[in-house]
Amino acid sequence: MNAEMIEKVNRVMAEEFEIDAALISPEASLKDTLGLDSLDLVDVVVLIDQNFGVTLKGPDFVGVTTFADFYRLLDSKIDG
Amino acid sequence: MNHRVVITGMGIYSCIGTSLDEVSRSLYEGRSGIGVDPRRKELGYRSMLTGILPVPDLKGKLDRRQRLSLSEQGQYAYMATSDALRQAGMDADYLAAHEVGILYGNDSCAEPTIAGIDIIREKRNTALVGSGNIFQSMTSTVTMNLSTIFNLRGINFTVAGACASGSHAIGMGYLLIKQGLQERVVCGGAEEVNIYSVGNFDALSAFSVREEEPAKASRPFDRNRDGLVPSGGAATVILESYESAVARGAQILGEVVGYGFSSNGEHISVPNVDGPVRSLRMAIRCAGVGLDEIGYVNAHATSTPIGDRNEALAIHEVFGSHRPYVASTKSMTGHEMWMAGASEVVYSMLMMQGGFIAPNLNFEQPDEASALLEIPARRVDRAFDLFLSNSFGFGGTNSTLVVKKFA
Repeated sequence: MNAEMIEKVNRVMAEEFEIDAALISPEASLKDTLGLDSLDLVDVVVLIDQNFGVTLKGPDFVGVTTFADFYRLLDSKIDG
Repeated sequence: MNHRVVITGMGIYSCIGTSLDEVSRSLYEGRSGIGVDPRRKELGYRSMLTGILPVPDLKGKLDRRQRLSLSEQGQYAYMATSDALRQAGMDADYLAAHEVGILYGNDSCAEPTIAGIDIIREKRNTALVGSGNIFQSMTSTVTMNLSTIFNLRGINFTVAGACASGSHAIGMGYLLIKQGLQERVVCGGAEEVNIYSVGNFDALSAFSVREEEPAKASRPFDRNRDGLVPSGGAATVILESYESAVARGAQILGEVVGYGFSSNGEHISVPNVDGPVRSLRMAIRCAGVGLDEIGYVNAHATSTPIGDRNEALAIHEVFGSHRPYVASTKSMTGHEMWMAGASEVVYSMLMMQGGFIAPNLNFEQPDEASALLEIPARRVDRAFDLFLSNSFGFGGTNSTLVVKKFA
């Protein structure tokens, strides 16, 4: 995923979950940084659909812990 | 053991004001909150008349999850309840340490329901509805949200009783406290005000079409009334046992002394006289007061031809020659639906505190039924110590509350 895309992912996530985008780094925990609970994962799916035209499903999140994992997931879906 | 039930806090968010002071001034001045929403015409409404009120900006007051789950009427209810709890002196520490319940009237969630279903129909993927829609769409949206926001840990459910919802919510809270099952209950009513909320009500030709004169459209009891004006917002009263209020040194604003109810058991939308008569008599009997002690009757009267007529006949049958002042604040606010029973208790409380009876706007010519009542077209500057408030709804549900100045 290129830098521009990463910046966009970080921006939309930070805006939606109302955190400082500077807290996001590839190694950071997706769940802890964004403060996600089980309900919020549904909103991540909506957000990605609206901004990137990719519809994620629950099983896609298996193994996704960090932002780097999340970028890889999006990469595979967007390219695929 | 019966407990006395007092009011220790009030909050109101309506088309005639978003604070107790502003609403009190509007009532005193007889200011209408009715306007038009031209978007309703684009949707094929007969009438674009509606109460006009701002949607509050809750960013900074509530976090993302709380805002995401809160329906439009839930936002109004949050504002009204925040004010009511503040007036009652119940802050976060108090709510964390004491059991407080919530009973709120609500009977629709049109906009989020439509928004969610539209996404499902278009996308064929329920996940894309998002996580907040369910909590906005359920009839219990107000109580489920406010109970979590305010950490309320007592009774917790929504009262759906059509246009008597808010009144029944107060009545139920009154009964629970009276019986000693609860010490404090947040009671109220809320109603959404959006372009989808009352389209099917407009379908029944129940709304006034006096669109060129919005402030004159809602004219309860007037001979030339042509229908109601839909409106909404939210109103909250904090009910508390007398013992609890005294123990914590709270300011007591009033006392709920009577609750009556009945069902017509007849037509789904056309009210009768017998049902309301039984509701009024039950409330007055419960209050144990004389008819001559009731200084003001806050009528349900919505400005529909048959509803106002039958209520006038019912009030006349119950009160006979006593003739208390009877007025409908819906002449200013329009019909606040699920909220109305609660807001009209707040309006009546403000009048009782201020020593006046707000005008029944646009009461220019009585008809045969309303001529039997003492309906003030102008404000009456007169103190009263006891009022009765009627709320009736589709399906023939009736609710009557009697509230007394605290002494």
